[in-house]
Amino acid sequence: MALCRSSLGIRIYSFLSRLIFKSYIMSDVHVSNTKRIWFVFALLSVVTTVEVFLGIIKPESLHLTQFLGMNLLNWIFYILTIFKAYYIVWAFMHMEGEKSILRKVVVVPVIFLVLYLLFILLTEADYIFEIFKNSTIKWNF
Amino acid sequence: MGSTVTTANSEENNWGGGNEPMGASYGKLMMWFFIVSDALTFSGFLAAYGFSRFKFIETWPLADEVFTHFPFLHGVSAPMYYVALMTFILIGSSVTMVLAVDAGHQLNKAKVTFYMFLTIIGGLIFVGSQAWEWSNFIKGEYGAIETKGGSLLQFVDNTGHRVKLSDFAVSLPKEREQLTKNKGKWFMEESSLPTYTVAEVQAGFKAHPELLTRTEVIYEDTASSKADPKNNTTLNKVKHKTILTRAESEHRLTNATIVVEGANLIRNEYGSKLFADFFFFITGFHGFHVFSGVIINIIIFFNVLIGTYEKRRSYEMVEKVGLYWHFVDLVWVFVFTVFYLV
Repeated sequence: MALCRSSLGIRIYSFLSRLIFKSYIMSDVHVSNTKRIWFVFALLSVVTTVEVFLGIIKPESLHLTQFLGMNLLNWIFYILTIFKAYYIVWAFMHMEGEKSILRKVVVVPVIFLVLYLLFILLTEADYIFEIFKNSTIKWNF
Repeated sequence: MGSTVTTANSEENNWGGGNEPMGASYGKLMMWFFIVSDALTFSGFLAAYGFSRFKFIETWPLADEVFTHFPFLHGVSAPMYYVALMTFILIGSSVTMVLAVDAGHQLNKAKVTFYMFLTIIGGLIFVGSQAWEWSNFIKGEYGAIETKGGSLLQFVDNTGHRVKLSDFAVSLPKEREQLTKNKGKWFMEESSLPTYTVAEVQAGFKAHPELLTRTEVIYEDTASSKADPKNNTTLNKVKHKTILTRAESEHRLTNATIVVEGANLIRNEYGSKLFADFFFFITGFHGFHVFSGVIINIIIFFNVLIGTYEKRRSYEMVEKVGLYWHFVDLVWVFVFTVFYLV
């Protein structure tokens, strides 16, 4: 009995860690994976609810605090978005079961090119904004 | 010499056929590469949106003032709830899709059929919701005035709440009639006229002394904006559109040129002209992806029904179309953040 009780925490821990870090490759094992799927669904729903909640109330302490050129609320939105994207790609698109070379081939080019594109376009847009705001050229359209 | 022989043997293993690079079948690998290129296309669009938004950072429309409709709640401002619902619908249909893939791994035809069916229904509801969202966006709610410089003026009452054109515009005798093709001399026609003329809005504004206008500029609580005599002293709030004084509103309204109701690709009542263009283009392109996803899902669904994959003893096609479907969901996660939250 005592042994049973003491192992309960460990059993819960191993259950949760199986949900969160799926380590075995499903395509070979052919076991049903529905627990993991519903867990990810719950996770995505909770994150979306938090996003919508923050988007509606827009707490001033976050919305008006700037950090590295963007307010904290927007930082939270972007981080949660990437969090959701990670779970969609890893769990739903089953990236976690693919070979590491396939993961790298797909993910690395996208991340690199997107960051590159955003860096160039947003920097240039900010430059154009400053030109029109502070120089003698005004909007003519 | 011995080593040469070994190389020849392993080359036969690598290039002799039946080998799957990266441990994925040809179809699955190509689907991944298509997704990579499509992801870059969407990134290009969203980055272009970011470019235009940064360029007009002080005047960009505020999403929670634009998307405020919810079915059966007329006149209630419900920002975000509807897109949140759409997001849940799409995540839900992603879940049923991944459950179909999971059932496919166990060659369970009945379950695959059931979950594919739910996925298709979810996709159709999402496309329908987007159509409803578009129709509200196109129809507009409050209406606005465009001035000579091309910027917009919107109307508020003395508590800062938005006022519709129909609530105050007077009705003057009309001398302007829409030019339709049957009255034209040579295949001439024009787009439909706004409900009110500029003169009617101006006269209505004069008759209601409690009304004020607000500009596109987002109010920042700086010393210069506080000291500006054109800005209303009591109603302005940080990160909201700047409300003008009554005198300045009357002055600006003398420069009015066009009454704007709703949105099209040329102008819209919400603010920056590019805002509606990007909204139509990006959500439209995403909606087109959802629509094609539904069509592909339906094809695969019928293949499941007639037992094509049962005979093949492999439901990998369901997995491939599932990859596409999840990608559509993935794009929506980003569109949702960029258009509605940030």
